[in-house]
Amino acid sequence: MLPAQDAPPPDAGSASQGLGTPVVEIADLEFRYGTQDTPLLRLERLEVAAAERLLIVGPSGCGKSTLMSLLAGVLVANRGRVAILGTDWRALSPSDRDRRRGDHVGYLFQQFKLLDCLPVLVIVFLLCRFSARRASRATIRSGSIERDAGHWLEALGFGRARWRQPAGTLSVGEQQRVAAARALIGTPELLLADEPTSALDDARRDEFMSLLLSACERAQSALVLVSHDRELERHFDRGLALGADR
Amino acid sequence: MSALLALAARSAWARRFTLVLTIAAVAVSTLLLLATERLRHDVRQSFSQALSGTDLIVGARGSPTQLLLHTVFHIGQPTQGVSLRRIESIGELPQVAWVVPIALGDSFRGFPVIATDERFMRHVRMGDRQPLRITQGRDIQGPGAEAVIGAQVARRLGLRAGERMTLSHGSGPITEASHDDLPFTIVGVLAPSGSPIDRSVLISLESMHALHAGWVAGVRPVRPQQAASPEAGARPALVSAALVGLHARSAVFSVQRRLHAEREEPLTAALPGVTLDELWQTLGMGETALRLMGAMVALASLAGLVSVILAGLEARRRELAILRSIGASPLSLVALLVAEGTLASLAGIGVGVIGTIVLGLTAAGPLQSHFGIVLGTQAPRMGEWLLLAAILATGMLASLLPAWRAWRLSLADGLSPRS
Repeated sequence: MLPAQDAPPPDAGSASQGLGTPVVEIADLEFRYGTQDTPLLRLERLEVAAAERLLIVGPSGCGKSTLMSLLAGVLVANRGRVAILGTDWRALSPSDRDRRRGDHVGYLFQQFKLLDCLPVLVIVFLLCRFSARRASRATIRSGSIERDAGHWLEALGFGRARWRQPAGTLSVGEQQRVAAARALIGTPELLLADEPTSALDDARRDEFMSLLLSACERAQSALVLVSHDRELERHFDRGLALGADR
Repeated sequence: MSALLALAARSAWARRFTLVLTIAAVAVSTLLLLATERLRHDVRQSFSQALSGTDLIVGARGSPTQLLLHTVFHIGQPTQGVSLRRIESIGELPQVAWVVPIALGDSFRGFPVIATDERFMRHVRMGDRQPLRITQGRDIQGPGAEAVIGAQVARRLGLRAGERMTLSHGSGPITEASHDDLPFTIVGVLAPSGSPIDRSVLISLESMHALHAGWVAGVRPVRPQQAASPEAGARPALVSAALVGLHARSAVFSVQRRLHAEREEPLTAALPGVTLDELWQTLGMGETALRLMGAMVALASLAGLVSVILAGLEARRRELAILRSIGASPLSLVALLVAEGTLASLAGIGVGVIGTIVLGLTAAGPLQSHFGIVLGTQAPRMGEWLLLAAILATGMLASLLPAWRAWRLSLADGLSPRS
């Protein structure tokens, strides 16, 4: 019914690309929606190295989520360069952007975006059905995509007993862990997290952040997390305040 | 692939109410379209098979349509009579296999009376070349005052074999005089045939002759007299028409030409099939109305189908957006939606076809006994397969629309901050 997984594209993020290539590279970025007079987002320079942790903070409406969409290649910059593993999103066709996003970027949504009718384990490994590269890396790591899904669920503290439960029956905290496991399966080079702790109290927030950061370290994924919560700064290597310089 | 199939199956289960609604919409569309088409086809079939296996209807010179209307459907004024001697002589032609004389003009409580002989039951075929069959009692034996009644006559009037009946002179609801001097005994009831015979009463030619003994130009004698006995065996000199069967249908035009060339007693030999078709063309308004109705039903049903599928998409928008955001290509989603639409349409069509067959089985009896329409309960015919293909194509096209919307919107729905 559905096409088989795409053939693995040339691996822009592989070691052959060189250790010095940043995972994220932004230069002279300018973005505006439609006919807006002033750009919503201007960013002169930003680089994120492999396995680095970057927190982007700022008030609502400052363009945090827009920046995440630009980093994920969903939106394309009006001016400047937004590159992942050395390739500018603008240089790719929409279908190539889809493929590259699936292969190299994990995305942790604010509202988790789980398919409520599916069992937890399937939700986590489903992504590998669309990305041959992620499936291959998951298989190399754990023997099969199902086992790798289990590995990340355990790494995020999600008990084996509920792996077969439909996501619709989970609590908010459990859904968040499943969403994080899904973002990390196949060890993407970049994990984008959009306000993932906004629904949690302080204690649960810190617990989740510890699990997430430890999982990112295991996956050797760079983490870019946007939030309005400055309390999170202590978990990160560096921060970027978006609203401050506008 | 198995995970995606599982996803589709689980998603379908999660949306089972909407899905059942979609399948029901397709099933109702299919049922309405098939039933309308089948009714149209079968009404025409019932009409054109009112008389089958008869190659010619022979009567006095006149309009073939009038001859057919009067002889087969018992409608309109009787044509001039033909001598029975002349009719019997037609049977001597080498191409002719059989001749059945019939005399009309009397009725029983509005139902026409056909006077004929034993050859009628032997040769005349109705519907799909089905012979007439007696379900209760027996056939008329000998020239006595016996009658065999059609299935509808028996049902509507609640008559059974063994009961007595009095015929009336003339046809239609207002008759001219009662033949109460010669009551008839019902000896048999015919099985339903879906033809005008169901609404007829069969008697022998001899008894018809006896009924009219002493009548002059259709008027009863002023002084009542004892009816002549049919047992005497006298047959009428004139009959209304004759049904003629040939050894080979290929000879039909040569026999027709030969009869038309008759000078001594001018005859009309009508080809029942051709005349029925001509008549249907004239009376074809009903068929056109059914076709129009079918088209409107199709439009309404398919529009309903599209809206149910679109409503389903709204419910699935989130799911599609999530799939898109985790890397499903637009093509995968289109394939998924079209496959789902196709499967739902196929399921609906299946349910609709079964529904039509069940409806046919349930309604066939009442339709035949009330309206004389033989509704087919068989598997779909060629034209119906085309209709089903059209429904399937519409279902697939209808699912292309949400697929196209999913292609355009799903990534924005899933990832864009401005959705």
